[in-house]
Amino acid sequence: MIQKTLDKLRPHFQEGGKLSALRSVFDGFETFLVVPSATSRTGVSIHDSIDSKRIMSFVVIALMPALLFGMYNIGYQNALAAGADTTACGALLLYGLAVMLPKIVVSYVVGLGIEFVVAQWKKEEIQEGYLVTGMLIPMILPVETPLWMLAVAVAFSVIFAKEIYGGTGMNIFNPALVARAFLFFAYPTSMSGDKVWLAKDTFLGLGHTVADGTTLATPLGEAAAQVAPTGDFWTYCVGLMPGSVGETSVIAIAIGAAILLWTGIASWKTMGSVFVGGALTAWLFNIGGLEGNAVANIPWYNHLVLGGFCFGAVFMATDPVTSARTEGGKYVYGLLIGALAITIRVLNPGYPEGMMLAILFMNMFAPLIDYCFVQRNISRRLKRSQSK
Amino acid sequence: MERHFKLKKGLDVRLAGEAAATVRTATQAPLYAVRPADFHGLVPRLLVKEGERVKAGTPLLTDKATERINVVSPVSGTVKEVMRGARRKILYITVQPDARQEAVDFGKPDLAAISRDDALELLLKSGLFAYLRQRPYDVTASPLDTPKAVFVSAFSKMPLAADFSFVAQGREDKFKAGIALLSKLAPVYVGIAPEQETSALLPLPEATVSVFDGPNPSGNVGVHINHLAPVNKGETVWTLGAEEAIFVGELAVTGRVDFTRRIAVAGSQVAESQYVETVVGAQIAHLLGADTPAEGAHTRIIDGNPLVGRKVEATDFLGAHTTEVCLLPEGDDTHEVLGWIAPRLKQFSANRSYLSWLLGKNRAYDLDCRIKGGERRMIMSGEYDRVFPMDIYAGYLVKAIIAGDIDRQEALGIYEVAPEDFAVAEFVDSSKLELQRIVREGLDLLRKENA
Repeated sequence: MIQKTLDKLRPHFQEGGKLSALRSVFDGFETFLVVPSATSRTGVSIHDSIDSKRIMSFVVIALMPALLFGMYNIGYQNALAAGADTTACGALLLYGLAVMLPKIVVSYVVGLGIEFVVAQWKKEEIQEGYLVTGMLIPMILPVETPLWMLAVAVAFSVIFAKEIYGGTGMNIFNPALVARAFLFFAYPTSMSGDKVWLAKDTFLGLGHTVADGTTLATPLGEAAAQVAPTGDFWTYCVGLMPGSVGETSVIAIAIGAAILLWTGIASWKTMGSVFVGGALTAWLFNIGGLEGNAVANIPWYNHLVLGGFCFGAVFMATDPVTSARTEGGKYVYGLLIGALAITIRVLNPGYPEGMMLAILFMNMFAPLIDYCFVQRNISRRLKRSQSK
Repeated sequence: MERHFKLKKGLDVRLAGEAAATVRTATQAPLYAVRPADFHGLVPRLLVKEGERVKAGTPLLTDKATERINVVSPVSGTVKEVMRGARRKILYITVQPDARQEAVDFGKPDLAAISRDDALELLLKSGLFAYLRQRPYDVTASPLDTPKAVFVSAFSKMPLAADFSFVAQGREDKFKAGIALLSKLAPVYVGIAPEQETSALLPLPEATVSVFDGPNPSGNVGVHINHLAPVNKGETVWTLGAEEAIFVGELAVTGRVDFTRRIAVAGSQVAESQYVETVVGAQIAHLLGADTPAEGAHTRIIDGNPLVGRKVEATDFLGAHTTEVCLLPEGDDTHEVLGWIAPRLKQFSANRSYLSWLLGKNRAYDLDCRIKGGERRMIMSGEYDRVFPMDIYAGYLVKAIIAGDIDRQEALGIYEVAPEDFAVAEFVDSSKLELQRIVREGLDLLRKENA
């Protein structure tokens, strides 16, 4: 039945049809609803069932635990700050949903809107990459980020971090991180500090109003201000603490990580070596005995579960497009991200968090790492042909 | 003692309708044909006219460059038609067979004493040389080259592929004679599967036998070359299908050509999958008999296996290098709602986001020919390398080909590969790129540039 409706509608959207300006949109919806029955003309007659729609939607599914927990945490922090009841799970989650939903909608509408336009202009199919990016962006921003800022950041990153390079698969930098970096440098006061981690207004009658002056510092923010963070490893793992929406709960992220690793969509080599690199570096700072630097003295295991480290390692560093593509290169790439993230945290007093910059920096170097590995193969071949 | 290679990379896909180990002998087809395109890289010059009488072994065409590589008629009869396409390209030369078959006598060679030149001349004259292919470029070999080796693979792990052990049954001595004659040209390497170690195909005293144990494409001759004698720039390696080594053996033993071969007719759309004994070039409809799909049926006929073979019509003819003909559902009448997120238990995927891995490795799938996704840029990394058992960065090579960067293609090892080596990678590719077409076009362009 769906097929019949689509068949009836299609002529309108084709070249010369009344709605041909919306061809890419129609295409997008059609392939979303029904698997195209196009068959192969050359090459293999049979194909694996996997396609990029499936891959991207599995990443979105993997993000769901972290998102749901993030929503709950928004409600929890709000109630906590207002001194209200924090036991009503459903109400807290509902409040979080009410806060997050507009952000997700704005992110998708702006980002996909640009993708639709570009696809139409280039006469291509719509690429699914933004499904993931659009979910990631609201999750890595502080909860108080205004919607207009979100929209500007999304537009900036989709256009300047992705489309000008040629779209999904061609970009150098992770678009979600570019969006965050853009806001981080353009509107620093809205992106860090003590005031941005708490939703303060009621939303559709849900939640509580919190006094404007109320502040909430993230543990890393406290440490950067040379206050020894309160809390232990377990609290950090559960994640009922201030932070960007998706990043606080290690448990929720671990569920996502399991999904990504099990399906093979994320590389365990990248993900694992980010943790190894981070742990080693943090441990070196621990034994290095940097007096008076509270961040350096956070135990290494706490470093791994604080801030955006886990979220970055699981969902950002493993982006196949912007990470190293050679198998050996993935180890190097991951190790360096982990090491850099901790180093930035410890040695840079300006930024309490280093994951974003570490990943963006390594995005830039991933092609160089790959170059070294590919070049080894090339030299081996050259040597072989000369040695006879 | 054979050398053993244990290969980890690759992927076996089992499809429903594998050919059972029984043989049906096809009657004489009403029409046979030679297709010049099967001898890729050979520019044909026609030697016969319509209505001319030919024997099995009479040259129908030769190559323009050297005028030495003959392509001969597989049967005796009358040349019926030279079918031409755009720009007068020869598509087919059809031959209507005689009831009584005659073959040209090329003279029985003395295998012990024959020189390299005589062996080469015999193969050229008899049309069997045209079956040899060369790396680099994966084109018909040239008699002007001195190859460093001849490679023959005695097995294929492609889905629905014919089992050479069964195809050669009763003709093992011919296979051995064929290898013996080939060894006059260059050192011969034969790659076998572990289960063939005890078969009657061995021993092969004239050849270096190696065992390749691993999933598809471990049977690809390209994989064997990469492990044993990788092709460097300026070197040439020849390859020959194992079934075609039997043709060579027939010539070595009898002095005549006999293009009879066992073809596996397989796939889910075949009522009784089994082997059919027929002659190269037979019309496909005749070969399939009752299994021939009705007009308008959503069934695809593949000349070859589903990963490497060519989509054909029932009125087309069996290819020169074809070892199996497969019938699969086309799938263009299937409309799967929200398929990209559905569990799709009945469909195969190497990716664990589908649950097909739960059902065990030996389950046979009934796959159709849908692409099941839109073409994208290369997004996932390492997808190709997992199924590419060679010391080559497949993804980077494909990118170099797309970019047309010849120096980089050379550096990354394009001389070692053939399109078929990318078949499994093309199957698993989530970006749905037509890798075999890309590699084929890349090789053709490179050959032109280097000429």
